[in-house]
Amino acid sequence: MRKSGTPFWIGAAVVVGAAALAAWLITNEYYFFAGYIVVTFVILATAWNILGGYAGYVNFGTAAFFGLGAYTSVVLIQSIGAPLAVQILAAALLSGLLGFGAGLLTLRLRGIFFAIATVALIVIMETLFINWRYVGGATGIQLLRPSPIPPFESYTKMLFVGQVIMAVVAVAVARYMETSWIGRGLRAIRDSEEAAECSGVPTLKLKLAACTVSGALMGAAGAPMPMYLSFVEPASTFNLTYSIGALASAMVGGTATWLGPVLGALLLSTIQQIVTVTISNEMNVLVVGVLLVVFVVAAPEGIVGLLRKLRRAK
Amino acid sequence: MTGSALLRVSGVSKHFGGFTALAEVSLEIAPGERFGLIGPNGSGKTTLINCISGSLRNDGGSIVFDGEEISALPAYQRTRRGIARSFQVPRPFSSMPVVENLVVPLEYVVHRGSLHKADTRAEAMELLHGIGLADKAETPSSRLTQVELRKLELARAMAARPRLLISDEAMAGLSSSEIDEILKILFKLNESGITIIMIEHIMHAVMRFSQRVVCLDAGRIICEGTPAETVANPDVQRAYLGA
Amino acid sequence: MFSLELLPEAILFGVLLGCFYAAVSIGLSVAFGLLDVPHIAHPAVMVFGAYCTYVLGRYGWDPILSGLVLMPLFFVLGMGIYRFYYETFEKRGSEAGVRGLAFFFGLTLIIEVGLILGFGVDQRMVEAAYIGQSLRLGEMRIPMRMLVAFSVAVLLTVGLTLYLSRTFTGRAIKAVAQDEPALRLMGANPVRIKQWAFGLATGVTALAGAMLIIVGPVEPSLDRVYIGRTFAVVVLAGLGSMTGTVAAGLILGISESIVLMMFGASWAPAVAFGLLLIVLGIRPQGLFGR
Repeated sequence: MRKSGTPFWIGAAVVVGAAALAAWLITNEYYFFAGYIVVTFVILATAWNILGGYAGYVNFGTAAFFGLGAYTSVVLIQSIGAPLAVQILAAALLSGLLGFGAGLLTLRLRGIFFAIATVALIVIMETLFINWRYVGGATGIQLLRPSPIPPFESYTKMLFVGQVIMAVVAVAVARYMETSWIGRGLRAIRDSEEAAECSGVPTLKLKLAACTVSGALMGAAGAPMPMYLSFVEPASTFNLTYSIGALASAMVGGTATWLGPVLGALLLSTIQQIVTVTISNEMNVLVVGVLLVVFVVAAPEGIVGLLRKLRRAK
Repeated sequence: MTGSALLRVSGVSKHFGGFTALAEVSLEIAPGERFGLIGPNGSGKTTLINCISGSLRNDGGSIVFDGEEISALPAYQRTRRGIARSFQVPRPFSSMPVVENLVVPLEYVVHRGSLHKADTRAEAMELLHGIGLADKAETPSSRLTQVELRKLELARAMAARPRLLISDEAMAGLSSSEIDEILKILFKLNESGITIIMIEHIMHAVMRFSQRVVCLDAGRIICEGTPAETVANPDVQRAYLGA
Repeated sequence: MFSLELLPEAILFGVLLGCFYAAVSIGLSVAFGLLDVPHIAHPAVMVFGAYCTYVLGRYGWDPILSGLVLMPLFFVLGMGIYRFYYETFEKRGSEAGVRGLAFFFGLTLIIEVGLILGFGVDQRMVEAAYIGQSLRLGEMRIPMRMLVAFSVAVLLTVGLTLYLSRTFTGRAIKAVAQDEPALRLMGANPVRIKQWAFGLATGVTALAGAMLIIVGPVEPSLDRVYIGRTFAVVVLAGLGSMTGTVAAGLILGISESIVLMMFGASWAPAVAFGLLLIVLGIRPQGLFGR
């Protein structure tokens, strides 16, 4: 017995349509430049939530998957000049593999060991790419943007709309996993893994699936990054900001449904843009940290939970 | 016992570091049997159950269920082959309402591969009716009373439509009438053909229910027989009352 | 490159470094290994301790003295943190596991950024008589500060191990890690004991922070690489094993030192994390794990 998906798909079409319309009407490129980042965090938070929210396995290593996606693009651009779509698919594949491998290594252990292992992933990935000359090593590499695909006139606008489409795909995937028998199994794992296993849930397989899908989406989100900046270097690509942003967005927004990460990412990214520009980058991290602690302590079900309570109180 | 035992445990051992929880335990359970497992605290009862259900891997020996060696199988595959258990300390899926707790085994065991044809919710409601929890179907399982939690544990195990059901101290701390309720449910299940292993401390319940009883102490079987034989056995008395 | 001549010095340096790692990890061994608290913020608290030592150093205080003086203050801080953690998370069961982890993660961020806002991103150092000097041992030169850190580390580790095995409270702490219901039956209050233990772990971390700034300059982001090092040590040791912590620390220290010699500084941070992943993959219960 499933809820009808029609309202969701209508909403999705509206979102993509609005993005395309904006790209056509608005000329100031800054909005798309900033908007790309916001949408990227929507994807990252949604992807994070598949494993972190639904299954309860906290992943600190978003930056590792994101960065791998970005560097996959770099390698493809450098070697064969691959188009954007190929970059995204390859990035998703490789990051998915990384998720599978990391999961295989650590998902048989308790949650905190998985979390620490994901931190290790970032450091190891960063170290690997710092020492790889072909992609620029520690100093990074500059890239030339090709011309945008018609009807787009601006590459930035094209990337923005592409990212919006990717976000819709990511949310659709998350929504499917959440509302299907898969989601129920993941929730059972989160509630009591031992009881889930004894109720016939193949816990390791489901966790691996969640980890792989999550990693693949994060990699896909990272693939257009080199073209977005025209420059890639390990320190800022494997930056903890992505991990923090994804985790905090999902936990502040609410981890139970796909809507939470979207709301959380929109909120936190907007705050990030404002604070970073007006005050400082560090203050932004402080704000995120405080918000995370406050919500985790006082509003564990996130913004979505608060909204639900408000609706019930009326 | 000869013939086709449903469950054959042979020489099973389990160690935790230097501590031996189970030392070469062997027993056989016939299909349709009502089997009682008793023993003082720390004797290894739950460890044995964990080894049978797959929550733990036994270090030595073999476990054969319906002719198949299952020692290497993960727990969920043993459940799919027909072994279900309840937990001593109830572990409900606390984020889900009561009825959804039962949908999980229904989806993952009974209707695997044919979900589109099944009305799992209706089936779950039927099970809840049978166990007396139907009016709590939509209640979040985190809000149940102790008795209700124990019933939910049993119902969830039953939802997997097992051939062997292991009930781990389902009656601890319950009142006399509540114990009777649970016993009635277990008897009814057994009548429909389900083999039941009951672990209990409440002696009169075990003795009323079981056809055969095994007593564990410090990881070994010290007595096996009818309830009457077991109660009269001096080793059993010593194990419970101390030397 | 691998040099046979430099190997003894690398190993010796690794031993000193390893004992230092063991000492800074021992607080985590108690907090996470024994008490099962997902204390990701442990390295951040240590870096905070290092900065406190730095501030006291500006008034001319010797870093070891600062560390000792800070210990009781951090002890109280630790008790407070545990109390808060217990009331908010541990009481509420398994769902709280994720949130507890996120809480400590948030705490790490707050501490790290707080330090950046307070002190900037530049490296900070302290001065003392033994920093900057080296001891000559035949062909090898051993930095004095490493010897000092090594001595303090040994004393700290031995002291804590003795405390846990000889004193009543110490044994109660070990007991609560193994069998909480039994302890309750004996009339002891597990929460009080855990609170005391966490306070102890945090107090020890103050001294670890002092050693940190003795061994080298500190900066706010130092906590990140130490997450890898401390957790690698604690996991390799086997949760809750004090002797294991020393052995694991030595293994890490020597590995890092050799990698440093052979491949240079850009590979060194990966050693701890790589070791951690290997241990988690092959033998997650560590060397001496329960």
